[in-house]
Amino acid sequence: MKTFIAFVSKEFKHIFRDRRTLIILFGMPVVLVTLFGFAITTEINNASIAVLDRSHDSYSRKLIDKISASGYFNIKSELQSFNQIEKSFSNGKIKLAVVIGNDFGKHLITGKNAEIQIVTDASDPNTANIISNYLMAVFQNFTTESGVLPPSNLKIDTRMLYNPENRSVFMFVPGVMTVILMLVSAMMTSITIAREKELGTMEILLVSPLRPWVITIGKVVPYLLLSIINAITILLLGLFVFKMPMHGSYLLLFSEIVLFILSSLMLGLLISTMASTQQTAMLGSMMGLMLPTILLSGFIFPISSMPVILQYISHILPAKWFIIIIKSIMLKGTGFKPIAFETGILAFITIVLAVMTIKKFKIRLE
Amino acid sequence: MIAIQNISKSYGDVKALNSISFRVEKGQLFGLIGPDGSGKTSLFRILTSLLKPTSGKATVAGFNTVTDYKDIRKIVGYMPERFSLYMDLTVEENLKFFATVFNTTIRENYHLIEEIYQMLEPFKNRRAGDLSGGMKQKLALSCALIHKPEILLLDEPTTGVDPVSRKDFWDILKKLQKSGITTLVSTPFMDDAELCDEVALVQKGEILKMDTPQNLANGFPHKLWKIVSENNYRTLKVLDEFETKISAFSFGNSVHLATGDDVDEQAIVNHLKQHNVKLISIAIIKAHIEDVFMDLMSHEKGSS
Amino acid sequence: MTEEKVIVANNLTRTFGKFTAVDHISFDVRRGEIFGFLGANGAGKTTATKMLTGILSSSGGYATVAGFDIKKHRNRLKKNIGYMSQKFSLYEDLTLKENIRFYGGIYGLSKKETAAKTGEIVERLDLKQIENTLISEIPLGWKQKIAFSVAIIHSPKIVFLDEPTSGVDPITRRQFWNLIYEAAENGITVFVTTHYMDEAEYCDRISMMTEGKIAALGSLHELLTKYNSKSMDEVFIKLAR
Repeated sequence: MKTFIAFVSKEFKHIFRDRRTLIILFGMPVVLVTLFGFAITTEINNASIAVLDRSHDSYSRKLIDKISASGYFNIKSELQSFNQIEKSFSNGKIKLAVVIGNDFGKHLITGKNAEIQIVTDASDPNTANIISNYLMAVFQNFTTESGVLPPSNLKIDTRMLYNPENRSVFMFVPGVMTVILMLVSAMMTSITIAREKELGTMEILLVSPLRPWVITIGKVVPYLLLSIINAITILLLGLFVFKMPMHGSYLLLFSEIVLFILSSLMLGLLISTMASTQQTAMLGSMMGLMLPTILLSGFIFPISSMPVILQYISHILPAKWFIIIIKSIMLKGTGFKPIAFETGILAFITIVLAVMTIKKFKIRLE
Repeated sequence: MIAIQNISKSYGDVKALNSISFRVEKGQLFGLIGPDGSGKTSLFRILTSLLKPTSGKATVAGFNTVTDYKDIRKIVGYMPERFSLYMDLTVEENLKFFATVFNTTIRENYHLIEEIYQMLEPFKNRRAGDLSGGMKQKLALSCALIHKPEILLLDEPTTGVDPVSRKDFWDILKKLQKSGITTLVSTPFMDDAELCDEVALVQKGEILKMDTPQNLANGFPHKLWKIVSENNYRTLKVLDEFETKISAFSFGNSVHLATGDDVDEQAIVNHLKQHNVKLISIAIIKAHIEDVFMDLMSHEKGSS
Repeated sequence: MTEEKVIVANNLTRTFGKFTAVDHISFDVRRGEIFGFLGANGAGKTTATKMLTGILSSSGGYATVAGFDIKKHRNRLKKNIGYMSQKFSLYEDLTLKENIRFYGGIYGLSKKETAAKTGEIVERLDLKQIENTLISEIPLGWKQKIAFSVAIIHSPKIVFLDEPTSGVDPITRRQFWNLIYEAAENGITVFVTTHYMDEAEYCDRISMMTEGKIAALGSLHELLTKYNSKSMDEVFIKLAR
């Protein structure tokens, strides 16, 4: 145990004495989250919309008033036919159109499905998403306020023009967290191990009574701790600066985060067993981990719109499952059961990686 | 303490070691002398259990380097070719870390490193990366010694340090030897050979010859002349045409000429005079290890 | 020998913050001379060499190399010097011929000149059978000889060598020194930085730096007599202590 503590404290010294490592470790999360946060703004004011009211009854009027009174929307025009919708979009006049179906009030009262269609300009998917979400909130309010009617009677049909698959709202906090945890855990561990090989100190460690697990776990523990700190930082930023909702259990979220960090650490160790220089380790984790994580995990590009091959590849990325898990917990407030499958896969990947690493760990130089 | 039997090591097509055998007795200071690429590092890595030999067998303190690697790793002090230290840790932190790794403390074995460490003491809070070459070398040795190893394996410890540090280093090795530590040291410097009890001259993965430095020097098979002249380069060129020479090599500002026993001084002097070389002095000398090495090398070259 | 001076250094100084790495050194090197520049680790010889080759600017004093002021004419200076170190010599992933062509190119040799030089080097070092081999597959000893030939491909007035033969076997080392002698005979001045005393003993004159200053300068014979020593090793130890 004493040797283990000595090893971990040495590792922390390496980290705290290298300015570059420190910047990557603690500067990066804050910078990335802030960048993404402000680039994808969640604030909507006076978004231009159009309304096509096919019902023209008191309920539909009430709804339109409600929309206009919310302060988020500026009703540019009241349209007369479907054809005008497309036109208004291509003129760039509006960001969203609301279509209120025939006999809206009647359907509401009789308990039939009252229909509302939302058409958005998803060539700017983030804005489209955000506006339609705001609008949804208005509808929810409307149904509860008008009393008598259970909300389920209101059937809202959202159509995203130009990019029908997009459905990400609070993607960036889970996404950035995933990328950063991957970076810190996988890249940093693989680099520190490769550094020991490059310096030749690994030779001395191997020719010492140190057990291989001490070397391995000793390398992992500091980065596990740092990654947890990072995850907390990002979460706090997301919750308080960017008002990310958190509907689920913190304990569950935390456990899932630790599981994901472990899988990334295992990946880092696996890379380090194959890389003998810091440069190889760096490139390996960049090309092999960072890029797929950013591109294929569904963080930026929706997985369902990828070519089938890439979809398959995305299945083996821990990041994909982790993003699903976080979103479910934070946005939907789900408990463990609905995400048990994803968690299982993540755990399975971690175990497979751990076994591979142990098998590949060399007690010799060859 | 170390027994090496027919050890060979190949990397693909390249043969780094070709059936090497030798023994190092307890308490000996054994030198492995040869240029870069002669296979010294591979041998060290085999002895420290870091590499498996392609064929052959080696034991260190009775432990087999392949099967008993865990035992070997407890009793060996190893200094790899480069000074492998943590450059971002201080002198003291490095030493402490390696002590802990070997389940000991600095205090427990302080007597072993006391002398070296006193030289390092003024810099103990300096980072290893900021030390001079000589100091790094001393720190690396301290780290290798801290667990009181029975056997020291030092791979080119004097490469890259100046003559003063080199001399200090050998003084330390001599003292360690008195405290009973067996040492195997490799070096590309022929001069270092004279400080060892026994040396093996290695070249291209083979042992050219193995003996005590005195016996090696005495075993030089030719008459050896040291010729000092005004211009070494000219002298060498002129000696190229000296029919009875065996070899002629420059040594600093002199030339060492090897001849058969029947050649006398006058013949050499006459030859040089004929070719307008201004001779300063000529004398028969005892061979240096380097003469021996070159002589053995040229036989090798001739035979292959 | 004509008394043409290829290097003149006058109170050359370099400081890094409060630390004076090179402290007012003055010396000159004659044409065709093999000049040994010695010193312990950290004595300032690397810093001094960097100033003389125009890589590092001086903080004080004055020096000319090959007739060019090291401060004012850095670019012209660089065209007239050659440089070879143990670490930096040839590109391992290029063949012998490609390396020569590359260095010919950066020193502004014409295609014809480069071709002629290539032929000359290949013939002199007897490299015909390996001229299209990758450098990485050529033994160390040969590499050193090739590297030296490449360093003087543009017939510089002076060539700087940094520990050129450390780790090389004794016979190859002597063959290497024969190349150096030959270059010196042809009027190329050779400036050798090293802390290997056996390399130093081959030099015509030797200077020895300690703590940023030149502590001794003279021929091997002069130094041995002055410090009552049998070898340069001894002189070094006496001076450095």
